[in-house]
Amino acid sequence: MVENNRWGTLFAHLILILGVAIVVFPVYVAIIASTHPPGTFVRGVMPLWPGTHGWENYWTVITEGRSRAGTPPIAGMMWNSFIMAMAITIGKLSISILSAFAIVYFRFPFRIFFFWIIFLTLMLPVEVRIVPTFQVVANLGMLNSFAGLSIPLIASATATFLFRQFFMTVPEELMEAARVDGAGPMKFFKDILLPLSITNIAALFVIMFIYGWNQYLWPLLITTDPNYYTIVMGIQRMVTGGDSEPLWHLVMATVVLAALPPVLVILLMQRLFVKGLTETEK
Amino acid sequence: MQTKRMTFSSRWLPYALLAPQVIITLIFFIWPSYQALLDSVYRQGDAFGIRPPTFVWFQNFQALLADPLYLNSLRVTLVFSVGTTLLSMSVALLFAVMVNRMIRSRDGYTTFLVWPYAVAPAIAGVLWWFIFNPTLGILPYMLDMVGYDWNHRRSGTDAMIMVIIASAWKQISYNFLFFLAGLQSIPHSLIEAAAIDGASRMKRFWTIVFPLLSPITFFLMVVNIVYAMFDTFGVIHATTEGGPAQATNILVYKVYRDGFVNLNIGSSAAQSVILMSIVIILTVIQFRYIERRVNY
Repeated sequence: MVENNRWGTLFAHLILILGVAIVVFPVYVAIIASTHPPGTFVRGVMPLWPGTHGWENYWTVITEGRSRAGTPPIAGMMWNSFIMAMAITIGKLSISILSAFAIVYFRFPFRIFFFWIIFLTLMLPVEVRIVPTFQVVANLGMLNSFAGLSIPLIASATATFLFRQFFMTVPEELMEAARVDGAGPMKFFKDILLPLSITNIAALFVIMFIYGWNQYLWPLLITTDPNYYTIVMGIQRMVTGGDSEPLWHLVMATVVLAALPPVLVILLMQRLFVKGLTETEK
Repeated sequence: MQTKRMTFSSRWLPYALLAPQVIITLIFFIWPSYQALLDSVYRQGDAFGIRPPTFVWFQNFQALLADPLYLNSLRVTLVFSVGTTLLSMSVALLFAVMVNRMIRSRDGYTTFLVWPYAVAPAIAGVLWWFIFNPTLGILPYMLDMVGYDWNHRRSGTDAMIMVIIASAWKQISYNFLFFLAGLQSIPHSLIEAAAIDGASRMKRFWTIVFPLLSPITFFLMVVNIVYAMFDTFGVIHATTEGGPAQATNILVYKVYRDGFVNLNIGSSAAQSVILMSIVIILTVIQFRYIERRVNY
């Protein structure tokens, strides 16, 4: 038996509580800052207790933004982020599950070749080929559009691998039975494979939604029209756009709103999130 | 690579199923990468089309490797990735070991530790930038009391510390979840046997737990380096913008600056090619590791 050390456990709790406090601290500060009037930030150190202007600040950023600095209202940007995140998520999931189905359930010439093409996407993240990707999207006339925001990001090797792995564990008998009953490939896919994959789809959905929502560099490059700004990139405009010091109370209100949807997704779907995260990396 | 024992047969269906993904990959991944390769060996023509682009072999690369700014960026990236990886992994390991001791409170602590994963790197950057703000920030205020004059706008070291903390903070959740999963898969009998032999808690950790975690540690190291090198663009762009005096100008940020702000396509493409080779090497290492993954 391993000894049960009461003081050790207490010490562990102490470290963890301290750790949680450090991890939570930046967000706590942001929430606090977003409830203060602008005057608070002119003098002295940042506040650590809630102020009185919370509703006012949130109302301002949601409905007005900072029109003088060229930042549109947050409500619109959040809507854009949502559409982009959903388009990326649904796009990634559907093209990946279809290609995994083809790779596992069919034998055809160039199968391995196609698999390698998909694999290559892992090795070519947007960040390392920024300029040429921008040129391609510009040539296709996809700047300032939701198609341009989402389609270039929806190829996903990880999702394809995960579905492939999962399909390999689906019992052979299911397919044999389906074939004996005269079901074609698409019927088998729709009525048997898809319902079986629901948990995997949901787990990936959580990961991909966060990935999509948090896109920064890509929207920054291809949107020049404020109507297509997404919230995560919009924050940067708020911080640097305009005069010398950022309007901290409004910036922090925006930060809180920008982080809220993905954080909620993780907190509400923690089990799926952990499953998605640990399985996509295997 | 295997399929099912029994497969469907169709001449066209598998191609139709693969088409969307393959087409998107070709247009938005392969084509731009090819373009980057091409641009990297050309000197661009002028804007009026009088001087056409010329093929210059590896001149762009030579120029790059002789450029003190690029060498500085390489050094900065190295310090930044190693710093971020070490900080984030060691903190995450400490948390995971502590949480693994708990029984009832395990899920509670986990919930509090996982959500920063959802915060975008740019937002993480802005949060810490605020906390470290030289006039308002709480940390410079406290540092001032012990006599340190924090200013990341003037001091390159301060700026580097700030971006490392911001990037590591966001990555703790990820490392924590993997370390915790790793710790939970270590058989309890091993630890008990060592305890019976009289090994102290520290000794058990360093001689049994830590070596058994090494495959996960290695995997996380690669993932974290990839994260620090490529996903932290937002942290830099939203806060220091590579400054002060190039002190936080990491490679991804420099590619962006040189391509979009300084409009030096040849140099930016050569940098892209170098970065691509780095990602390819890291991906190969990661996948070789997965093949040889140690199971306990």
